[in-house]
Order: sequence, then structure tokens, then C-alpha cells
Amino acid sequence: MSEQDLQAIFDKKIENEVKIEPKDWMPDSYRKNVLRQMAQHAHSEIVGMLPEGNWITRAPSMRRKVALLAKIQDEAGHGLYLYSAAETLGKDRERIVLDLLEGKAKYSSIFNYPALTWADIGAVGWLVDGAAIVNQIMLQKTSYGPYSRAMIRICKEESFHQRQGYEILLTLCRGTEEQKAMAQDALNRFWWPSLMMFGPSDKDSPHSAQSMAWKVKRMGNDELRQKFIDQTVKQADFLGLKIPDPDLKWNEEKGQYDWGLIDWEEFYNVIKGNGPCNKERLAARQAAYDNGAWVRDAATAFANKKAKRRDKDAA
Amino acid sequence: MERKDWPLWEVFVRSKAGLSHKHAGSLHAPDEEMAISNARDVYTRRSEGVSIWVVESKHIHSTLETDSESMFDPNEDKIYRHPTFYDIPDEVGHM
Ligand SMILES: [Fe+2]
Ligand SMILES: [Fe+2]
Repeated sequence: MSEQDLQAIFDKKIENEVKIEPKDWMPDSYRKNVLRQMAQHAHSEIVGMLPEGNWITRAPSMRRKVALLAKIQDEAGHGLYLYSAAETLGKDRERIVLDLLEGKAKYSSIFNYPALTWADIGAVGWLVDGAAIVNQIMLQKTSYGPYSRAMIRICKEESFHQRQGYEILLTLCRGTEEQKAMAQDALNRFWWPSLMMFGPSDKDSPHSAQSMAWKVKRMGNDELRQKFIDQTVKQADFLGLKIPDPDLKWNEEKGQYDWGLIDWEEFYNVIKGNGPCNKERLAARQAAYDNGAWVRDAATAFANKKAKRRDKDAA
Repeated sequence: MERKDWPLWEVFVRSKAGLSHKHAGSLHAPDEEMAISNARDVYTRRSEGVSIWVVESKHIHSTLETDSESMFDPNEDKIYRHPTFYDIPDEVGHM
């Protein structure tokens, strides 16, 4: 079949909402684009474990500790689902992981901010997982089959993440003045970086239009961000917290909130590696990779020994 | 056979007794025992399963997209394979 015919079949599938599967023909540019997005998403799940992992030993109660542990374990699972999905496009797991360590791959800029207080763990669950959920619900309908299936599985697990975070803030907000102030401070620091999670405005986003045409993404960055804001404001109100945006107000005509300007300079600066924790995050991943080497080697040696013994028994 | 990289395994989970195993996803592991143990942690953290199969991915063979016309289309004109093809009077009752 000529490349033109294959392209026509591919285009027809996209048009008819038929998923693209690993062995199907696809344009190289589609393969590259989806692979980049899935790898970036996988890295975000894994790096995202670090700011929260930092608080496991300091969780204020057993209930909070088991919840946080379970949440972080889920994120490891999410990373694995996504690495598996990425691998179906023909790049090895090892290579994908090394790309991150070598600084060739990105992950979500939000994880370059530190979790300074216990309230930050609440804010991360509520806002960071909340924003991720908005994005991931949209991605359940992505055109690449394995990515879509990973997203469906992930979305089922996410709502607990957001609820445990919100519950932490609710408890703090019903507590002492200091506890409430701590919650407000966490919201102040996490609000804008959470909005940045949706990426640059579509008009400034290099991949947006093509991703939409391929139905890899089903909604634009701006639309997703607006959706997140609209659903989050009343949750903040319920907590009695103030969203740190003086321009935030309900627009009756549009049926949505108007809001202020994102400091995109900060966003690009963090992406470039100059956020508060970029170096620390990569160093932690590198250390995990290096310190795990002997475990991987031992498991391999043990498997080889077992296989040899089995071959001998069979002989 | 010596090998350094961990092979890829496909994971199938039986969600409850009486149902078939269904593909859940894949993972890397050095051997079948570790594959099952990792599959438990990755794919059944909320009692999604009562039984797990793992199969090394290289042992799975599949049809190709380019074959799908010759493989599956001939069935489309065999409507006599379906119950609605047969005329049974209503008086006979449910059959
Ligand atoms: Fe996640
Ligand atoms: Fe999450």
C-alpha cells in the first residue's frame, strides 16, 4: 500500500473516532508527538511523587499517613501505565527513563515547586491533582488507544487523591487561626503554578493546533484552564479561603469567571530549569536510579540462575 | 540464556470468579514470579482481581491491521449465523 493510501486510512480513523493502535500505520510526526506527550506525562507522575514523599514521615496522623502513602503509590502506578503506553510506540523503557535523567525530556513544571508545609500537601491534592484530573478526563478520549486506556484507568484512581487533599485543607480551615493561615499560604503559593499546568495559551503553544487536529488532545489549554477555575472557585469559598487573584470575578454574560494574568515569564523560567527545585528533583531521580542499580542487577542475576537451573532440569 | 534487560510481560486479570481474564496492561520484570508480584501491585491495588496471568509479550502473536479485511469481513454476509435470520411464529413463544 502506498504511503498516501495509508495516510488516508489513518485520517479516516481519526475522523471517525477509531483509536489508533500500536501496530497500525501512523505518520512519523504523530508517533513522535504522542510519544513525547506520553513520556512527559509519565515523568510527571514519577517526579510528582517527590514533593509529597517528603511529607510521609511527618504526616500528622496515621490516617493521613496511610492515605498519603497510598496516593503516592498510585502515582508510581500511573507512571508505569504511561511508560508502558509510551513503549508501544517503539522506544524502550530504559531509553525513555534515561531521557529524563539526561535532561532531554520534560515533566510538568508544577513539581519544581517545594511542599513547604503540611498544608501544601492539601493544596497539592486539591489543586495539582484537581488540574491533572481536568486534563486527564479530556485525554480519556485521545486518539491513541493505549494512551486512552491508561487515562481511563488513571481517572478512576484520581478522585481519591483530590478528596484527600481537600479534606486536609478542610480540617486546617476548621482549626486554629494559625492552621487556617497555613492553608491560605499554601493556596497563595500553589494557585498560579496550578493554572500554569495547562500550558501556554493555545495561540502560543507550538503543538496545540496539530494535537487537536490529530485528536490527541480534545480541548485547548485555555478551555481546560477555564474549566478548572470555574469548578475550583466555589471549593475555595467553601473552605473560606481567598484565591490570590484580585481580578477574579464572575462574568454573568459569559457564564464563567474572569481572572487575571499569568506570569508566563515565571513559567518559562521554571521550564528552562530555574524553578526552586529543578536540580533537586533530577538529582533525586538520578540517585534513585543509581541506588536501585544493584537491586535490578540482583533480580536479573537471580532470574538467570533460575532459568539455568530449569534448563538443566529439563535436559 | 543470559540477559540484562528485563523482558516485557502482558498482564491479564480475572476481576472476579467466573469471569475470563482480561488484558490489564504490561510491565517489565526479570522473571514470571516478579512479573506476577509487580502485576499485583500495579494492576490490583483496589481488589480489581482474584487471579493474574502474565505472559511474556514476545509470545503473543496477533493479526495485523492490513489483514483485517480478509480476516473479518467475510463474516459480514453470513447473516444465517445469527438467530434473527430464522422466522419462527410468535405463537411458538420465546426461543
Ligand atoms: Fe497521577
Ligand atoms: Fe494523582
